[in-house]
Amino acid sequence: MRKLLLSSFIIIIGITFLGRLSYLQLFSFSPNQILEDPAIKAVYEYPERGYIYDRNGKLMVGNQPAYDVMVIPRETHSLDTLEFCSLLKITKEEFLEKMYKARVYSPRLPSVLVPQLSKEDYASLQEKMRKYTGFYIQKRSLRDYKTNSAANVLGYISEVNETDLRTNPYYRAGELKGRTGIEKQYEEVLRGRKGVKYLQKDRFNRDIGPYKNKKLDTLPELGKELYITIDKDLQEYGERLMRGKRGGIVAIEPATGEILAMISGPTYNPALLVGRERSKNYTKLHYDSISRPTWDRSILAEPSPGSPFKTLNALVALQEGVIDTNTKFTCYNGFYVGNQKKGCHCGGGVRDMNSGIFRSCNAYFAGTFRKFYGKYPTTDEGMDAWEKHMKSFGLGDYLGVDLPTGRPGRIPDKQFYDKWYGDNRWASSTIISNSIGQGEVAATPIQLANMTAAIANRGYFYIPHIIKKIGNKEGIPPQFTERKYTTIDQQHFAPVIQAMANVYKYGTARWIQIPEIEIAGKTGTVENFTRIDGERVQLTDHSLFTAFAPVEQPKIAVAVYIENGYYGARYAGHIASLMIEQYIKRKITRKDLEKKMLEKTLEHEYAKPLSGEPFKINEYVW
Amino acid sequence: MFGSSILRRLDWLTIFLYLALVFFGWINIYSTTLSNTAATFYDFSTLYGKQLFFIGVSLSLVFIIFSIENNFFERFASLFYIISLVLLMGLFLFGKTIAGATSWYDLGFFNFQPSELGKLTTALALAKYLSDIQTDLKRRKYQWYAILILLIPIILILPQPDPGSALVYFSLFFVLFREGLPLQYLGFALLLILLFVTTLKFGVIWVCIGLGILTSIFFLFKKEEFKVPTFPLLLFLVACVIISLSVDFVYNNVFEQRHRDRFSLWLGLEKDPIRLEQIKKTIGYNTYQAERAIESGGLSGKGFLEGTRTKGDFVPEQHTDYIFSSVGEEWGFIGTALIIILFTFFFLRLIHIAERQKRDFSRMFGYGVISILLMHYFVNIGMVIGLLPTIGIPLPFFSYGGSGLIFFSAMLFIFLKLDAARLSEL
Repeated sequence: MRKLLLSSFIIIIGITFLGRLSYLQLFSFSPNQILEDPAIKAVYEYPERGYIYDRNGKLMVGNQPAYDVMVIPRETHSLDTLEFCSLLKITKEEFLEKMYKARVYSPRLPSVLVPQLSKEDYASLQEKMRKYTGFYIQKRSLRDYKTNSAANVLGYISEVNETDLRTNPYYRAGELKGRTGIEKQYEEVLRGRKGVKYLQKDRFNRDIGPYKNKKLDTLPELGKELYITIDKDLQEYGERLMRGKRGGIVAIEPATGEILAMISGPTYNPALLVGRERSKNYTKLHYDSISRPTWDRSILAEPSPGSPFKTLNALVALQEGVIDTNTKFTCYNGFYVGNQKKGCHCGGGVRDMNSGIFRSCNAYFAGTFRKFYGKYPTTDEGMDAWEKHMKSFGLGDYLGVDLPTGRPGRIPDKQFYDKWYGDNRWASSTIISNSIGQGEVAATPIQLANMTAAIANRGYFYIPHIIKKIGNKEGIPPQFTERKYTTIDQQHFAPVIQAMANVYKYGTARWIQIPEIEIAGKTGTVENFTRIDGERVQLTDHSLFTAFAPVEQPKIAVAVYIENGYYGARYAGHIASLMIEQYIKRKITRKDLEKKMLEKTLEHEYAKPLSGEPFKINEYVW
Repeated sequence: MFGSSILRRLDWLTIFLYLALVFFGWINIYSTTLSNTAATFYDFSTLYGKQLFFIGVSLSLVFIIFSIENNFFERFASLFYIISLVLLMGLFLFGKTIAGATSWYDLGFFNFQPSELGKLTTALALAKYLSDIQTDLKRRKYQWYAILILLIPIILILPQPDPGSALVYFSLFFVLFREGLPLQYLGFALLLILLFVTTLKFGVIWVCIGLGILTSIFFLFKKEEFKVPTFPLLLFLVACVIISLSVDFVYNNVFEQRHRDRFSLWLGLEKDPIRLEQIKKTIGYNTYQAERAIESGGLSGKGFLEGTRTKGDFVPEQHTDYIFSSVGEEWGFIGTALIIILFTFFFLRLIHIAERQKRDFSRMFGYGVISILLMHYFVNIGMVIGLLPTIGIPLPFFSYGGSGLIFFSAMLFIFLKLDAARLSEL
């Protein structure tokens, strides 16, 4: 018994120790050692963010140096506050308050005392910086915009937040990250990869040499230059035209799917979100809930497509063989659904497809739509076929554009109507508005532009994209070089395109022809409603226009959407016409037309629903 | 000098374990002091170089021990003991103070710590007294004398103050228990510690409730025919409650604040977060850093000379008392487990050797050696891995330090020498 006493103590001690050690070393062990180890400090070296160039190699976004005055409160000594404040161009009170905040944040860690000094202030301060221990100047790189346009396309960068830190182990607090637009979409390309040096620290936080002989250190990898498909001149021109108007313009090169311009109005100067005034400007832009400048209408607005959608209905009807180009319908200045008469602006008379399109006859397309559904034994089957055709034009779903936002638009399907009206309680007459692009269909301006490009290409499109070249390596992601075929056979396009060209020659757009360029286009005048105090109120029609030019070998397809711009041929048509001329001719021959567009605004329209007074819509002022 | 017979009779397994521990210890001292030397200048030599020198001294001492006559230590045990006591007393006059403790003589090239010598001589003296034919541990008088042999050096050491060394002397009670001191004493001591700790942790009321529950269980499961000595049991329970009630007084009046801090950290008593943070940053700092360093080693460690916290000198005293944290960081669980297993085998082997002694003196001295080494091992590693409150004593054969290594080696090899001689004497 006594002999075993000590032996059992030894064994109990051994087991207890092993238990505790396995708890510490096996159970509590965290594999993320290098980042948690207080003995290792990671020093990061940031590469310069990649530049962004337009399709012609013009610089759009570069970088500029900025100088922050930093302070480590614990290391500061007594100083000549007044002199220092005058160098920093701040008051003594501001200085003391900032010092207090820095000390509260951490006495040991650096805080920003004065952000983003100007170059002149930096120069005068730098010489005297030695005198002020505990303060130093840190160079940072900020975005430098060489254009005042394309704010929503380019996007902006900002410091990473808690969520980023949690979800992406690459980022450390205080680093910058693309938030919207191209900056977000191509973040990893533009950002490059920061280099890291690991330093061995002792317990007094002094560096005592490299960690593991620099074996784990990495060099920074430069951010790559990005060439985008935007034409800087066209983009800037479009934004000038949009001044005072709300809406979106999207221009696409049909042969490639490259986005030539993507304009949302109202917009803002991207430089507003850089520098000392950044947060003030951001708040102002972000909380402007009336004109919503940060909401990119060119890719997010989902109006009904209106009359341009008629061209698709014509193509579908031709493809299904329910009409041919000679099929005629009579327009009684409108058409009847049951006893209800729906209006038409075409002037009435017997319409074939050609004049149905160029005069934008509602009755013609209502008839076509009915005929189409007449072909199928049940409305459901007709609906399925119609939906399939429409979706093949990139409508009703996300297009897959290489931008971080987007909307699917809407091509209604049978489930949609079953839910709305009930099973078997709807028919082609119920949904006849879709024949003229009203009703339940909806499309974003970029979808409309893409649809136009598909017509321009006679039956296929490339997914619209913004990327042209990354660094000096040719080649873009494969999904952007693959043709997407529509369900319409090529031969059906010729008559429709002919009719669209006639829109300019004889039709709704005959006043906005461009000399020497043959354009095909389609106007759209879209009824729309809003809610004021819970009541459904109709507003002035949206002005819509889709066009491509030249008719043979098209170089540009454009969709213009102007909120409450009334007739399609007015604002949208004018703008589309000017955009096409600018892009193809590189100059504007119709100066009076241009002047009109640059000067006219729609602010009076936008003020109407906010005025609180009764107002008239669709007034004949022009 | 000495014949081949002694070499043949030596317990080579123990020597192998000893050398393994010393070697591994030196490897870690090398690692922990390498960075220090890069940052600081030493007059003549590096710490790991010095330790190598101490290892050399220890090994040459072994040869001296082997050449000494067998009965030398038994015969002069009392003399050595008295010399140690004189040296300990001399500290009050000539002692050198290092880190607040007046425990050293300054010999110029070397700081000599008499309490280290005292461990050896007290073990010898105790063995000699107990092995005396007249001594009978069943009798109160002899019990008192034996305990007195231990208490005198303890009383001299406590005011230095050096509670760690004092604690080591207490470990010699194991020898007394092995040799017949009633085990009830041990039971009482453990009960006292248990009452003290549980009262501190849970309070008097919970201790009383616990006692009540234990008593009820005892009555529920006792055999029918067992007659309970009611009065002594009652007395015992009352005594427990009184002790429990007095804990508060002892804790607040006998202990000093720094001791209280250690206890409150160990048992998690401090509720005030600001004060707790303060304690953690001061006296808790070592333990906290040591635990984190060990933890960061994981299963296989960061590798020899690759311990980042070791290099950064994050754990204070990492080459002396906290050397085990460096083992944990650089060699991982594999390393620490190996050390624990080595020590366990080492101790079990020594017990085996002690038990095979024919002479009482050899066995008793052996137990003394084991008790002293075991106490160091238990308290040191327990402290480093956060199981015990902070008490600064070195890890035998491992920690940097001349006196420690030399006297630990001397103790061990005197015992091995006695073991080797056991056959020749009969």
